[in-house]
Amino acid sequence: MALTRSRSTQRRSRDHSEAASRYEKRTGAPAPKPPIVALRDATIVYPGGHVALERVSLEVERGEFAFVVGPTGCGKSTLIKMLIREVEPSAGEVMIAGHDINELPLAKVPMLRRRIGTVFQDFKLLPNRTVYDNVAYALQVIGESRAEIRRKTPEIIRLVGLQSKIHNYPDQLSGGEQQRVSIARAFVNHPPLLLADEPTGNLDPHTSIGIMQLLYRINRTGTTVLVVTHDSEMVDKMRRRVIALDQGRLVRDEAGGGYHDESTREFAARLEAEMEIDDDPQSILDF
Amino acid sequence: MMSRFTFFVSEAFRALRRSAAPSIAAIVTIVVTTLLLGVLVPVLKASEDKTQDVRDQIGLNVYLYDDASKAEIAALEKDLAAIEHVTAVDFISKEEAKVLLRQKVEGELKESLDELRTNPLPASFAIDIDSPESLSPVSSAISSVGPSGEPKPISPIIEEVQDARQDASKITRVTGAVTIVLVVLAILLLLASLMLVGNTIRLSIYARRREVEVMRLVGATNWFIRWPFIIEGVIVGLAGAVIAVAILFLGKVTIVDPLSNNFKLVDSFSTMGFLPLVIILIASAMLVSALGSGITLRRFLRV
Repeated sequence: MALTRSRSTQRRSRDHSEAASRYEKRTGAPAPKPPIVALRDATIVYPGGHVALERVSLEVERGEFAFVVGPTGCGKSTLIKMLIREVEPSAGEVMIAGHDINELPLAKVPMLRRRIGTVFQDFKLLPNRTVYDNVAYALQVIGESRAEIRRKTPEIIRLVGLQSKIHNYPDQLSGGEQQRVSIARAFVNHPPLLLADEPTGNLDPHTSIGIMQLLYRINRTGTTVLVVTHDSEMVDKMRRRVIALDQGRLVRDEAGGGYHDESTREFAARLEAEMEIDDDPQSILDF
Repeated sequence: MMSRFTFFVSEAFRALRRSAAPSIAAIVTIVVTTLLLGVLVPVLKASEDKTQDVRDQIGLNVYLYDDASKAEIAALEKDLAAIEHVTAVDFISKEEAKVLLRQKVEGELKESLDELRTNPLPASFAIDIDSPESLSPVSSAISSVGPSGEPKPISPIIEEVQDARQDASKITRVTGAVTIVLVVLAILLLLASLMLVGNTIRLSIYARRREVEVMRLVGATNWFIRWPFIIEGVIVGLAGAVIAVAILFLGKVTIVDPLSNNFKLVDSFSTMGFLPLVIILIASAMLVSALGSGITLRRFLRV
């Protein structure tokens, strides 16, 4: 599976300075800020000697939309955990916006996590709370004022298109809708970096495109989006940067070709056309 | 700040509703512990007071032969008063002794006492001393022990010298044993309460691991995550303490208060005011449960 993906993507153009040049085109100045994510020889060895990541070095620029791909057990999820300091590297550096996060005192780790939105395959919604309360929860726990919670929560729920289900509970929603809620919760603080660990892993292709469209829309507001996935077809069609891991090693890092200024609607239409998905929602098994 | 507090409290109540059974188990243990403490604390205080009473009353009784003459008695009284550490010497005649005994006994015993034609009670001196430590020097000053072991009193009219030392040590020994049993029970129950509150919090952490996970993901601070659990523990403690205090109050009104009107002994049990007792009980119940949740949080909620 990894082999086929690697063959299919190698055909595409690779322009490594593409992200930086896009930044310069947009701002008219050379990129002054440090990359949002920079790994230097990051190595993670789990207790028992299993090497989850081995000397991984990479940089993700602000505003980028990048994929991390690889077979199960290649270290994709460990990479996400490392970025929010769930696990600490045994060696190497993890820099977020120019700061080595492993030098942070423990008490500051929550502050780091407030600047990073995270989305998971299993949504991690609280089943006994409504859509509104699930999103508001993220604001409550960081001590946001009630007025701010009342202002921001409906706004973000409208952004993900769930205003009609605002008082529903998660078990009354489809998988795609639940993932939208979890994206809303991750993005309600407008973090500069959004990490998604298999966000479409439990969803059918049509719904997945909707989720990708939403992540793309968030990316267009300037947020860096890093998506971990094994959905090779989706990655191929997205034409974005692809970082491939295998057995903990970085085996490929290439920028996807073109299409960077398309609107979210064009983006979705192209994806659906390329993936040969009928746009009629009735024909899709979407609970 | 206020909205945070209401958030914590509502989270705590949400958790309590969801894990009702372990919460009730913890509350019941707290009730039992607090009840025991509620009995133990006044008993400890009363027994200490009682021991103090006995120590205050400590003295000697010198019993005289019936054939002692008035002059001999007067002479002995002078000699006794002259002994060091003696603070008072009180002569109790045969008639006075009978009157005192009549006051102490009641019912049939009193009637049979009246039926006695002769008075079997000896006359005596009641001697007060300045401190319990002076008991043996004063005792040996009155009646030294001869070379062959027989007592050699300072006057031939002395039949026997008795001190209240045995009574005192008996009382301290009994109250001491009762105290040790109660204290051990109380400590065991305190430990049980600690563990049960801890267990309740542990189940609560387990039931809410998803919430905790989400809280950590969105960047809640460690104390923000911990507070609802601590408040949950304190609510358990408070509920248990309030129930126990209500039971104690009922017991006081229905049992102890009517009894204390009839018996002097029971009265000494309520030497302690009910309000300070209630404050001690509630404070210790809440402390124990906060401690129980704190220890559990340290062990099972690594944040």
